[in-house]
Order: sequence, then C-alpha cells, then structure tokens
Amino acid sequence: MHNVIRNFKKNKELLFMVLPVTVWLILFSYLPMFGIVIAFKDYKIHKNGFLYSLIYSKWVGLKNFEYLFKTDAWLITRNTILYNIVFIVTGLIFSVTFAILLCEVANRRLAKFYQTTMFLPHFLSWVVVGYFFYGFLSIDKGFFNQILKIMGKEPVLWYSDPSPWPFILIFMNLWKGTGYGSVVYMAAIMGIDKTYYEAAMLDGASKWQQIKHITLPMLKPVMIILTVLALGRIFNSDFGLFYQVPRDSGALYDVTNVIDTFVFRGLRTFSNIGMTAAAGFYQSIMGFLLVLISNYIINKIDSENALF
Amino acid sequence: MTRSEINRFHNDDLRKRRVGGNRFNSLPLGGEICAHLMVGLFSFLCVFPFAFVIIISFTDEKMLVENGYRLFPEKWSLAAYKYIVSSGEQLLQSYFITIFITIVGTLMGVLMMGMFSYAISRSTFRYKNFFTFMAVFTMLFNGGLVPYYMVCTQLLHLRDTIWALILPLCVNAFYIVVLRTFFKTMVPESVIESAKIDGANELRIFFQIAAPIAKPGIVTIALFLTLGYWNDWFQALLFIENNKLYPVQYMLKKLESSIEFIYMYSGYIDPVKRVEIIASLPTEAVRMAMVVLATGPIIFAYPFFQKYYVRGLTVGAVKE
Repeated sequence: MHNVIRNFKKNKELLFMVLPVTVWLILFSYLPMFGIVIAFKDYKIHKNGFLYSLIYSKWVGLKNFEYLFKTDAWLITRNTILYNIVFIVTGLIFSVTFAILLCEVANRRLAKFYQTTMFLPHFLSWVVVGYFFYGFLSIDKGFFNQILKIMGKEPVLWYSDPSPWPFILIFMNLWKGTGYGSVVYMAAIMGIDKTYYEAAMLDGASKWQQIKHITLPMLKPVMIILTVLALGRIFNSDFGLFYQVPRDSGALYDVTNVIDTFVFRGLRTFSNIGMTAAAGFYQSIMGFLLVLISNYIINKIDSENALF
Repeated sequence: MTRSEINRFHNDDLRKRRVGGNRFNSLPLGGEICAHLMVGLFSFLCVFPFAFVIIISFTDEKMLVENGYRLFPEKWSLAAYKYIVSSGEQLLQSYFITIFITIVGTLMGVLMMGMFSYAISRSTFRYKNFFTFMAVFTMLFNGGLVPYYMVCTQLLHLRDTIWALILPLCVNAFYIVVLRTFFKTMVPESVIESAKIDGANELRIFFQIAAPIAKPGIVTIALFLTLGYWNDWFQALLFIENNKLYPVQYMLKKLESSIEFIYMYSGYIDPVKRVEIIASLPTEAVRMAMVVLATGPIIFAYPFFQKYYVRGLTVGAVKE
C-alpha cells in the first residue's frame, strides 16, 4: 500500500497529464463498451439518465438477436462483406498500379501534380462528394441522362434503380481512396534500395521485368499487412458512402444497406433499440475477433508489423 | 514498413529522385505515354466533378431549368453568388460554427493528446503500459453506435449543444499512436533528463522542450484534426436539431434533403404554400455555389498541408 502511494506521488505530474484523455476515453469509449449490454435488454429510455435506464431495463436474453437474424441480418452482412471484399481487391490493384506508374513518370513535376490531384478527393466530405456526383446522376438535369438523351436512349432513374449502384459505389470508393492508397505504396517504393534496379539494368532487365521481379516482390509485405488489416475491418463500412451518396434512397436499400447504415436508421427511427443495439454488438464482436485473427496472421508472417 | 525506409523516403524529396536512380533506366517512349495517359486520365477524373460543380454554380438559373447541367452553358451568371452574399445568413452562421468548432476542437485535441502521448512516451512513467493499452484497445473494440448515442444524450446531455460537435472528435487512438511515435523518435531521453536535473517539472518540459522539438508531429495531428472537424457532418446528424448550430457540411446535407422532401411530398402540401416554400429555398445554382464555398478553403489550403499529411500517414504505419 505504501509503495502504491509512493509510486503515485512519484508519477503525479505525468498522471496529471494523462488525465484529460483518460476521462475522455472513459466517457466516450469505455462507458459505451459497457452499454453494449443494451443488446441483451429491452432498453427503455428513463428520465433518470443513462445508467439508471441501463440498470433497470429488463433482461431479455437473446431475443433481440433472434429478431435481428430473422429479418435483415443476412442482407446487411452480405452487402457489408461483399462490398468490402471488392473494395479491398480493387483498391489494392489501383493503389499499387498508380503508385508504380507515378514513380515511373520521368517528369517529376508532372508526377507531383498528378499525385496532388489524385489525393484531393480524400480531403472532401461525403456530403460534398454526393453533390459532385448529383451533377452527373440527377434524373432531370444530370450529365449522364443528358448524354443518354442525345444518344436517343431512355433516361435512367439513378436514385431509384438499384442495378447500377454496386458499380457506382465501387467506383466512388476507388475515386476517393486511390490517391490515399497510392501514397502509402509510393512511400514503400521509394524505400526500395536503388542498387537492385541498377544491378538488374546492368543485366539487361527491361522495365517490366524490373517491376515484376523487384518492385512487386518488395511491396509484398506492405500489401499483405494492409490487406490483412483491411480484412480485420470487413464488418465496418464507410457510413457516408453508403448513406449520403445514394441520398438515403429507400428504393436502393437492397444494394446500399450495410450494417452501419442499418444501425443508424434503427437509431433514428427509435423503432427497435434492442435490435439495433444487437446489430451493433454483432458488428463490434465480429470486428474484434477479425482484428485478433488478422493480428495473429500478421504475427505469423512478419511479427515486426503486428499491432500487438 | 520499417523506420529506416520511411526516413529514407522523407529524406529524399519525391522530386529529386526516381526509381532506378538515373535517366537511362526510364520507360520506353510507348510505356511513358501509356503511363501518362492512365495517370493523367485518373487525375482528371478526380478533379473533373469539382470543376463541373463550379461551372453549374456560375450558370444562369434559367439555363439550368431548361437545359439541365451543362459543361458549356449558353449563359453564365453570377446571380447565385450575389444571392448568397445578400441573403446567406445561414451560410454565414454555419461558417462561423464550423470555424469555431475547428479551432476550439483542434486546440483541445492537440493539447490533450499531446500531453497524453508525451506521458506514455516517457520510459520513466510507471503506468505507461496501462495507459497505452487503454488508448490502443479503443482501436480494437467499441461499443457501437447505440450505446454511444445513449451516453452522449442521456448521460452527457450533449444534444443540441456545440460540445456535441467538438468533444466526440477531439481524441483518437490512432493520432495518439502517431504522436507517441514522434515524441519517442524525436525527443532524446537525455535532453529530458538534463532538464529534470535543472529542476523543470514534466509539464514545463512538455511545453518548453518536448512539444517544440516534436513540432512536425503536432502540426501533422493538428491537420488531421482540422480536416476532421471541417468535414464532419455525422455528429450533427446524430445530435443537432437547431439550425443555428449547423456546421457547413451538415447545412449542405440539410439543404439537399429539404428539397427532396418538398419534391417527394409536394402532393400533400397546400399548393399555395408549396410555391412559397419552393421559392424560399435556394435554387440549383445557389446550392452548387454553396458547395463551392464550403469546399474552397480546403482546396486552397490542401497543396500546402499535403506534405505534412503524407508524413503523418507513413509515420502512423510505424510501430514501436
């Protein structure tokens, strides 16, 4: 006991410095973690506040989950996972390709310019991006429907026809993320020892051979790490992309509803808080397990890059 | 990525070097053209939608109604911007909110996370592992949106307050990890020890020695935070009803949905009122002009902070 007090005293300045963030973490991260039991309760909002409501709401066991898995769980899980898999694969291909191309462009000034413009979409909010693409997709005024009209074709009702949306969402994800992704890979390419290329050149290797036998193999560890990390987040999705870009259009829910948007809509309508919380719980637990698994895998491949 | 690779990357400016090291090992002409075409096309696609929105915002309203959005409008007009200048109270108010939360939030976030990261970077801090774990664990697991919402509204009573826009975004475990890496790698332990011997306490060491040395890291995190606040609309979507508290991004989002609302429910509204309501709403060009004005500052500032941003990204990939 005496020791504990002495240690506290010895570290009191540093303890004081960690205090604000600690309080923040408790309020905004750890209390909600305990709030996860809402998923097992028939949560009723009580005027006495959060803790009172949490403690005095009735336990209902797995009822919320039963209800969830009877209704939307399959659809939102399928959408979330399939989109994420496609995003991971296309994102990897695009980021690596553009990183290599940017490094190969002889005019460095132009390359820098390309990089700057490609990175730009990353800095915009999904609301703004939604407006950008509304200019193209608007049903009566949009660019695309005008072109269709000139070609003598029927206009497409973009915000109520689900069939093009998987492609639109995949394109939007690439549009916003490629610049960001290629920056990371460019950093890795810049880190490759130049002498490899010099040696290959002396042996008469063509540029394509150099990329295939030096650049790509050297990038492999980074690619693996980033992919495994992305797999760990396969149950999460970018809320703005799936909610704001399709303008929350009900006709598109079949192809745009993911776990995050499902939880948000449940929360907004307050229709079934228990089931909504169950969906959130399901997402958190699966995400947690996947992060642990991916970290385990990274540890096996290359322990230097593991999270813990 | 190891630290040495990253250092090498930062030491060599992108402009000064290229893979292969010398100009004799460049792409064949066909390949070079091909690379330019691909990268150029993609770069063009990245800025084209913004250019299009700018064009729409300068198009005459009548042309928009008649012809739709065109790349080369028949008639240009400044009317949208004039309208905003003369009656843009909401935009002004939203701008004020956004700037306020961005400044206050960034300062708070940098101060809080700076102190925290400095403390957990100190090898003599007895509880550093505990607090590091406490922060990192939030990256792995979270309670989800519903309990978060309940805590914010029922326990902290943040609904419809400006703090709902500031507090939830000011701390982030990833930023803490990045900052800690900066402190660990840039501030030598010996400097801190000698300051201690001279009688400085930890707070003073942080403010007068550690923070100035690790300034690049702090600038990087300040940029991350600034961007996060400027672009945020989700917190407002969750917690804000009062339009006096709308940040710019959320105001834009609202603008779009209220028009959709009128569009969808126009059958159920009294026709006289409907005309009135539609007339009172910003027109097409004005909406796009507001998008331009909301995005403008980011676009202009961005080439300057891109460098710091990239460094933050790559340092974040370093692990202790």
